[in-house]
Amino acid sequence: MPGLHEFLVLGAVLFCISIAGIFLNRKNLIILLMCIELMLLSVNLNFIAFSYFNADIAGQIFVFFILTVAAAESAIGLAILVVLFRNKNTINVDDLETMKG
Amino acid sequence: MIKFIFYLFALILIFAASRVITVKNPVHAALFLVLAFFSSAAIWLLLQAEFLAIALILVYVGAVMVLFLFVVMMLDINFTQLREGFVRHLPIAGIVGALILLEMVLVVGTWHQVPMPEIAADALPNIEALGQVLYTEYVYPFEIAAVILLVAMIAAIALTLRPRRQTKTQKPEQQVNVRRSERVRLVKMPAESKE
Repeated sequence: MPGLHEFLVLGAVLFCISIAGIFLNRKNLIILLMCIELMLLSVNLNFIAFSYFNADIAGQIFVFFILTVAAAESAIGLAILVVLFRNKNTINVDDLETMKG
Repeated sequence: MIKFIFYLFALILIFAASRVITVKNPVHAALFLVLAFFSSAAIWLLLQAEFLAIALILVYVGAVMVLFLFVVMMLDINFTQLREGFVRHLPIAGIVGALILLEMVLVVGTWHQVPMPEIAADALPNIEALGQVLYTEYVYPFEIAAVILLVAMIAAIALTLRPRRQTKTQKPEQQVNVRRSERVRLVKMPAESKE
């Protein structure tokens, strides 16, 4: 059985890949949402690894709730994306400058 | 043997994740994300989280990723324009990612192995153990999660719903509020003779 640190390193690698993905695809909102999903996946992996190695089921319960919230988040995010595309005909982050932020 | 399986799926997972962020076509990115979810579900199975592994595949691959694919294919987006700046951002993305990875590996890589707890022979199966605490100790968070899903459903529908303009519908509130004076007009006319 691989040790706890191997699972943690795998989670760290996944997390950093998604951070790099956010930098690389900063114009494409769809890929940004996918990177957020990957990040949540790596956090879930950490939770489950700790839950297994500490023999505590609470970590898995937490992952359950993270999955719920992530599903809700991506549903609303994609709905906003669809409305955005309908109104402005683009999903380029650079074109979304209405609020001059 | 378990170690071999772990490394196999970990390599597939990292490969799929790096393809998600580098591939040109978002449809391919979504499919690689599905592959990443599958291999991480296999890793979760190694950690004896059977319920969550199955839930990951059912919820994510079955629902969320199909939603992603649906949106990608439904919107007519010029993806080549969105790709510009990719090469320009590559060095900074690589540097930031590598630095964070280095720091995290330095922190978690030296995590000393906690002694593996002995799993009792009469321990409950994973799903039973989850269910026993989920509906007792965590019942309020569970209900809040249900409400969050309901809110998400209503929000998604309310955001994307648009009334069709060409269909003619009745407006009951206006029909109820109508007065007699708005509809009936009494006209006084002299009585007409026969010729």
